[in-house]
Amino acid sequence: MELDVVLLSRLQFAFTVMFHYLYPPLSIGLGLLIVIMEGMFLRTGNPIYERMTKFWIKIFALTFGLGVASGIVMEFEFGTNWATYSRYVGDVFGSALAAEGIFAFFLESGFLAVLVFGWNRVSPKMHFFSAIMVFLGSLFSSVWIVVANSWMQTPAGYHIVGEGLMARAEIVDFWALVFNPSSVVRLTHVVLGAFIQGAFLVLSISAWYLLKNRHLEFARRSFTIALVVATLTSLAQLIAGHFSAEVVAKYQPAKLAAFEGVYKTEDSTPLYLFGFPNSETQTVDMGIPVPGALSFLVHKDFSTPVTGLDQFAKEDQPPVALPFQMYHIMIALGIYFIGLTCVSLFLLWTGKLFQMRWLMWVFVFSVVGPFIANQAGWIAAEVGRQPWIVYGLLRTSEGVSKAVAAEAVLSSLIMFTLLYALLFLLFVYLLDRKIKHGPDEDEKDVDSTRHYDFIDAISKRKSSASMMDSEVMSFRSNLEAEKGA
Amino acid sequence: MFSFLDLNLVWFILLGVLLIGYAILDGFDLGVGVLHLFTKGDTERRISLNSIGPVWDGNEVWLVTAGGALFAAFPHAYATAFSAFYIPFMILLCMLIFRAVALEFRSKEPMPWWRATWDVAFSVSSIVASVLFGVAVGNLVVGIPLGEDMEFQGTFFQLLNPYSLLVGVFNLTIFAMHGAIYLYLKTEGDLQQKVKGWVVHTTALFVVFYIMTTIATLVTVPSMIANFQKFPVVWLLVPINVLAIANIPRSLYFNQPGIAFLSSCVSIATLILLFGAGVFPNMIISSLGEATNLTIYSAASSQKTLGIMLIIAILGMPCVIAYTSVIYWVFRGKVQLDKFSY
Repeated sequence: MELDVVLLSRLQFAFTVMFHYLYPPLSIGLGLLIVIMEGMFLRTGNPIYERMTKFWIKIFALTFGLGVASGIVMEFEFGTNWATYSRYVGDVFGSALAAEGIFAFFLESGFLAVLVFGWNRVSPKMHFFSAIMVFLGSLFSSVWIVVANSWMQTPAGYHIVGEGLMARAEIVDFWALVFNPSSVVRLTHVVLGAFIQGAFLVLSISAWYLLKNRHLEFARRSFTIALVVATLTSLAQLIAGHFSAEVVAKYQPAKLAAFEGVYKTEDSTPLYLFGFPNSETQTVDMGIPVPGALSFLVHKDFSTPVTGLDQFAKEDQPPVALPFQMYHIMIALGIYFIGLTCVSLFLLWTGKLFQMRWLMWVFVFSVVGPFIANQAGWIAAEVGRQPWIVYGLLRTSEGVSKAVAAEAVLSSLIMFTLLYALLFLLFVYLLDRKIKHGPDEDEKDVDSTRHYDFIDAISKRKSSASMMDSEVMSFRSNLEAEKGA
Repeated sequence: MFSFLDLNLVWFILLGVLLIGYAILDGFDLGVGVLHLFTKGDTERRISLNSIGPVWDGNEVWLVTAGGALFAAFPHAYATAFSAFYIPFMILLCMLIFRAVALEFRSKEPMPWWRATWDVAFSVSSIVASVLFGVAVGNLVVGIPLGEDMEFQGTFFQLLNPYSLLVGVFNLTIFAMHGAIYLYLKTEGDLQQKVKGWVVHTTALFVVFYIMTTIATLVTVPSMIANFQKFPVVWLLVPINVLAIANIPRSLYFNQPGIAFLSSCVSIATLILLFGAGVFPNMIISSLGEATNLTIYSAASSQKTLGIMLIIAILGMPCVIAYTSVIYWVFRGKVQLDKFSY
């Protein structure tokens, strides 16, 4: 069998980047929640928020470590596997990558040290400042990498210099490159996706504690904060997602056609809620079409045709089945997040939420949802860009390293598969350990309800809440007494 | 903007600065890893790990940034080198991941077999990574076969030539010495006395390989000193380098770990400067003739990009230096184990 170096390199890149992308969204999402929790601690002085901050920082550190380790691989792979691509885009892509290193990574990794190891070495305010810096660092790193990726989707601010094998893109206008047509909408979409993923992790772990009747006060407060964040970001994602799709429709019509399974350009283009695109017959099989809905979403009227794949030469068409399904899975999950969080927020308001054990179980398992949605969205975006590595300029098949043999890529692919399988098992194992261990209880335990069973505890919630207040009062008076002394 | 500057030269120098930053910072990290198995007992092992605990991933960021800067400023050098060194770099990645994971996971479980396994993983990965960095530098000195299309024409085994392997082992001794001195700085009591012995041994080994590598370089790649004739000021680096190395045993004798560490940093920095001065103006030397060398001009990005990056660097580097200093200040002094430690 002839090994295909392009296919193997694509598989390796896809595999390593998908593994990598399990972690950065968690860092970004948890980063936000940690900033909120530590901010609450500084504002209220309530030690429960300190315990929350400490616990979630432990989870954060675990995900961050894996994000850094798997991230270095990504930076190397541009050069090792996609050398021709690197020569082509280096002038454009490189500035963004350098900015990412200087502005984001140093900020993140430096202050992470204070966040994790600095509890006894810096003041609470400095610690809070570090939390903000780590969060900003992770946010900035998403900015630059998404800018670079968006440039590959909708190139702008460049011109082509040289011909044939020596042709490459060079910057003409830096800000046009940074604010290329898709970067702002895609960045918003990506960051919201990260917030949702982080919030759902907190929701899942907190729901599990509530079900196991452990760390109740800790879990309720973590859950509440995460639920508010999850609801707001899920709703915002609906809007961001819509704008993102509009940009795809305008600048990458072939990709949108693949997302929606539009083979033929026709009036009143239908929107398929479900279906199986069939490239042989150029139809969507067993689908549920909503007539004219896609025309409406793209053109704001029900009849104008949406550009179909028949408008593109055969060699410029992306695959359809994979982007179609991934895109639909992402949207279905997005709607699920909105439904789940809105209903739960209402139930929280009525005070019934924590009594609904089945709903807590739903939250425990819903953590996989944002992981799948984020991965699916990226698969749709990247496969939908094919056959281009830089949209309309450079084909993926031309971007691969010329000096690397297929056998070498096969070996490294096998190495990464084994290595990452091991890493993932360790990650799950340690996450499980941390969750079972739970937040430290060595500070004065304010959770007075933990000896009751779950339902009992919930019915005692009001009284426990008022006890909380008295705890806070005594904590504050202690603080003041200390200050006085 | 910056039309008065040779931006290519500026970025060659800045890349050198990043490389020096990386070698000095991750150098002691890797060195601590190289020596890790010489520590005995769990407390000593944890002190060893936690001496670098808060700073190692910040140090690794220097590699990420140096890689990013190489990609951005000299994309052809980046693309050629990374695809040429495909297999060694894949092994390097594997080692860096193992190292990170070992650090992160070792102390999370109390079982002796668990900790022993990760201790070995941490040390072996540090050793292999240190050697591989040296092998890469060795190949950049002797040159690799490059075609007209800037692509590598050789094989993996050509990269494992005797000279490059020698530089690999030399680099291992540099990092081992540097790591030992760092530990000497960060420990106290009996452990510090033990570490002092390691400093003596690793420094002796370093000097042996330093002499061997210098002779091998002068014999196999005499062109490395061609620039010394052209720019006699480069000769100044040699006495600085030698004095810095000689100052290590001296400061050890006077019990000045800080000075010893500083001397070790200076000797690493001057070695990298000598390497840079030797290959200049080439980024990657071709063994198939000068015409196919990748120079700081033929491998570079456009002047516009180099200018934009310089602005980014001018804005960013003071911040990086400021908060790197803050972090090292916060974690100054001897290693103390607490419940947040590894």
